Amino acid sequence: MTTKKKGGAPASNKAVDALYAIAEEIYEELDGGQIPKMKIPLRTKANIRFDSKHAVWKYGNLMGVRSAKKLKGALMLLRTMYVLEFIRDMIRDSKSSTLREMYYISEGWDIAKFHAQEESNLLAEDLEVITQLLREDFKLRPEESGASVIGNLTLEEVTRGGDRKRINCRDDVGDAGYTIPYNVENEKVKLIEADAKFILAIETGGMFDRLVENGFDDEAKCILVHLKGQPSRSTRRLLKRLNEELKLNVCTFTDGDPWSFRIHASVAYGAIKTAHISEYLATPTAEFVGITASDILNYELPTDALTPRDVGALNAEMSDPRFNDEFWRNEIQTMLQMNKKAEQQALAKYGLDYVTDTYLPEKLGPLGLM
Amino acid sequence: MPSISIAEELAKKQREISISEFFERNKQILGYDSATKALLTAVKEGVDNSLDAGADADILPDILVEVKKIDKDEFVVVVEDNGPGIVKKEVANVFGRLLYGSRFFSRAQRRGQQGLGISGAVMYGQITTGKPTKIRSKVAEQDVAYEIELILDTKKNRPNVVEEDFVIWERAHGTRVEIPLKGRYNTGKQSVPEYLKATAIVNPHARITYRPPEGEEIVFERATEDLPPKTKEIPPHPHGIELGTLMAMMKETKSYKLAAFLEEEFVRVSSRVAKEICDAAGLDPDMKPKSLVLEQAKALHDAMQSAKLMSPPTDCLSPIGERLIKRGLKNVLGNLRPEFYAPPLTRDPAVYSGNPFQVEVGIVYGGDLPPDQPIEVLRFANRVPLLYQAGGCALTQAVANVDWRRYGLEQRGGQGLPFGPAIVLVHLCSTKVPYTSESKEAVATADEIMTELDLALKEAGRRLKTHLTKKAHRAKTKEKFEIVQLILPRIADKSAKIVNKKVPVLDATITKIMGVVWVDEDIAYDKKAKRHTVTLNVHNFTDAGKKLNLHLLLPRGIEPKSIEPKPAEVRDDGKITWELKRIDSVAKASISFALEGLDEAEYDESDVYVSGINPGLVIGAEPLPGDWELNYAEFEEEEAPAAEAAEETEIDYDETEEALDDD
Repeated sequence: MTTKKKGGAPASNKAVDALYAIAEEIYEELDGGQIPKMKIPLRTKANIRFDSKHAVWKYGNLMGVRSAKKLKGALMLLRTMYVLEFIRDMIRDSKSSTLREMYYISEGWDIAKFHAQEESNLLAEDLEVITQLLREDFKLRPEESGASVIGNLTLEEVTRGGDRKRINCRDDVGDAGYTIPYNVENEKVKLIEADAKFILAIETGGMFDRLVENGFDDEAKCILVHLKGQPSRSTRRLLKRLNEELKLNVCTFTDGDPWSFRIHASVAYGAIKTAHISEYLATPTAEFVGITASDILNYELPTDALTPRDVGALNAEMSDPRFNDEFWRNEIQTMLQMNKKAEQQALAKYGLDYVTDTYLPEKLGPLGLM
Repeated sequence: MPSISIAEELAKKQREISISEFFERNKQILGYDSATKALLTAVKEGVDNSLDAGADADILPDILVEVKKIDKDEFVVVVEDNGPGIVKKEVANVFGRLLYGSRFFSRAQRRGQQGLGISGAVMYGQITTGKPTKIRSKVAEQDVAYEIELILDTKKNRPNVVEEDFVIWERAHGTRVEIPLKGRYNTGKQSVPEYLKATAIVNPHARITYRPPEGEEIVFERATEDLPPKTKEIPPHPHGIELGTLMAMMKETKSYKLAAFLEEEFVRVSSRVAKEICDAAGLDPDMKPKSLVLEQAKALHDAMQSAKLMSPPTDCLSPIGERLIKRGLKNVLGNLRPEFYAPPLTRDPAVYSGNPFQVEVGIVYGGDLPPDQPIEVLRFANRVPLLYQAGGCALTQAVANVDWRRYGLEQRGGQGLPFGPAIVLVHLCSTKVPYTSESKEAVATADEIMTELDLALKEAGRRLKTHLTKKAHRAKTKEKFEIVQLILPRIADKSAKIVNKKVPVLDATITKIMGVVWVDEDIAYDKKAKRHTVTLNVHNFTDAGKKLNLHLLLPRGIEPKSIEPKPAEVRDDGKITWELKRIDSVAKASISFALEGLDEAEYDESDVYVSGINPGLVIGAEPLPGDWELNYAEFEEEEAPAAEAAEETEIDYDETEEALDDD
């Protein structure tokens, strides 16, 4: 199930060394009669700090210990050993695999097998955090998330055959747009030019389609990006590159609920899970033009009541340092008080064109983008 | 309870009003007030008779109960037993006369006290269907069985024989009754199968077969071949007597003098005491008992209540016993695969208002029992299941009064029926069970009984709690076992392979993770030889050698065989002590012995205790209770595991992990 991939040998040696060091430490502890353990920077909201150099949130200095004293910890250590061996063998054989393939390969690992792909993904990230390498260095890649782009953006992508193919994301694609590949680094995707003032990153497919149908990309001279919920690393990386290399402003347009706030936070401030690489993924200048609690009131939008999970998420955000500013505190508290949330498509209450004729101009105008 | 019982009233009024009229008026207290209950009551009366008949004749009961559906609301209840049978001339009287052969004044513990018994069922059947009841009975001395169909003459309280005959019956002896009646059949909590199940639990010496109107036959096999010990009949105790009964006794007595009457017809009354009672009542000891007027009877009654007397003898009671309760529960509830049968508990007899009584409690826990519902309370009075009026019953109240949260069950506010996967059995036996009403469906509260119930339930609760604590400890240690036995060796193998070095020795790491002495047990049973072979392994998973004493409590009266190694002491009360030699770090010691003659279910877990070691280090055995007056060495001085403390403050990476759902 693995595919051959060319190149990458120098990084691989670095990866092999780093992985060997992890195994060696465990071995030394066992040989010395100690309880084996691994120290890992805590990947929690309590351990993210603002990095003023990159203006994004990165992990702080808090460390957690994964120890063989507990069943869960012992199992994770054993899995780590299996993953180390698996990656080492892939690098040796010049292979690579998707995260999902690794999850399935663990079926053969007996008691060490993963019970959900989430477990194997988290472990892969743990290794990134410990070794300060990227999962690409470990020959692990995600599946494509299926996020897409429509707008007057021209880029060059290296095809499977190794040719460079120039694509205009308005003229050369169908209604579904240009699909963002999992690798959007320069070696694979070269950004050529864009005739646009800004990028509008949209949470839901329904709203993306609405804006496409209404021709909003032409009308407002913008590039539409469909985030597909929480955006994948490659989607965030592409936004970051468009922002940095083509100097395009990024605006996120989401639902009005606690989860949407987190989508904006991971685009603009850096996600907690990937805070070790926030400077590659986050676009600190991104603006939020999604549905706010105040919009729900001002536009009198149709709403749903908050679920207990929603309320829990909002309360968690109250102690999330990324939301520790006046704007977010107000929005979170207002939403808790009115106990309501709204979808971005609720704007259809006033007709199909309302979002493009009224709502977005009212939001983007003050930002100088329309 | 009224001072003149319904039965007496019934006897008195017999000539004045028709019995069927009385029956109609008092259906409720007689247990025939609803169609469902009537069917169950008929079955109950039949089964009670059969069990009592077996007990009278020292026969292990084999009872068949069958409910046949005739019509939408008409059934035939069949109860057949292997009892001694009834001689021909008595058959019609037993089944066709109300209050015949009443056990009214008896002070022995019986199932049927008062009530209308089987003849009530016969009458209910005939009132509702107009059909006669068919009885067949055979005594051992006869070659043929006597079969009779009869109707009650309710005016004269006499049986009318419709048909009679002698028939061939393959049974050596026994009785079969077929009562046609109107009723309704259900299968819920208050149903015939539930009643029979409960009956089987408290009568493990009986074999009960049930054929329902539809579906499979159910057999409750016998769990013991031993008959319950015979109960002795004793005269009443002056403290428990009611005025009405006292007056009735004075009318019936053959004594000519009051003092003699007291001495002869009551227990614990000497001639001196009898005189004292007469003096206190201001009555002449020589007066005729029959001649007392109501006022005098009242004075006598008062004097009897305040006389200082010895408690009544208690050997008239027939508790089920701890061993048999467990057997009965296992036998009937075994298909629910409960994880634990708390050792049942039989309290010593006690006395309430002159009546000896005794309470017994058993708890069944876990397995397939529903964990999120109120526990089931199985109530019994004199081995008879109580199915109705649970809320108004002292037995239920006693359960609800205990704070079960202490014993590992959920209970809102520490009161009311607790929630959890448990069944609690409560048995009250007494020469006189204080029922709340004549229908004998619930027990009334009496201080002495409530106190005994409370003590018994709490002790049973403690036994449950001990089990649950042990289980929790074991689960935790088992987890560590899994770490050191399954996971750690693999981590060692893999890491050695990756770094290309030899696999490390894990002993030191293992003791650091475990840090306990683990006692586990293996019990093998040889069915043919009826022999349990018990092996206990003591694993020292600490980092230093350990020396300890192991104590085992065996069931009384069973002598262990082939004990290995030689114990330091074997006591008559079933306690064995081993002074084990030093066990090295990561080594184990074993002891074993055999028990002979027990059924497999009778020994499934050892009571293991340790001394001479810090009991906090030991999993799988309890510290030796202090009241076992043994002068074993005080605990060794244990060094506090200092290194641990620092590590505990480290943040566990996998536990702090919050929902990382923003990527």
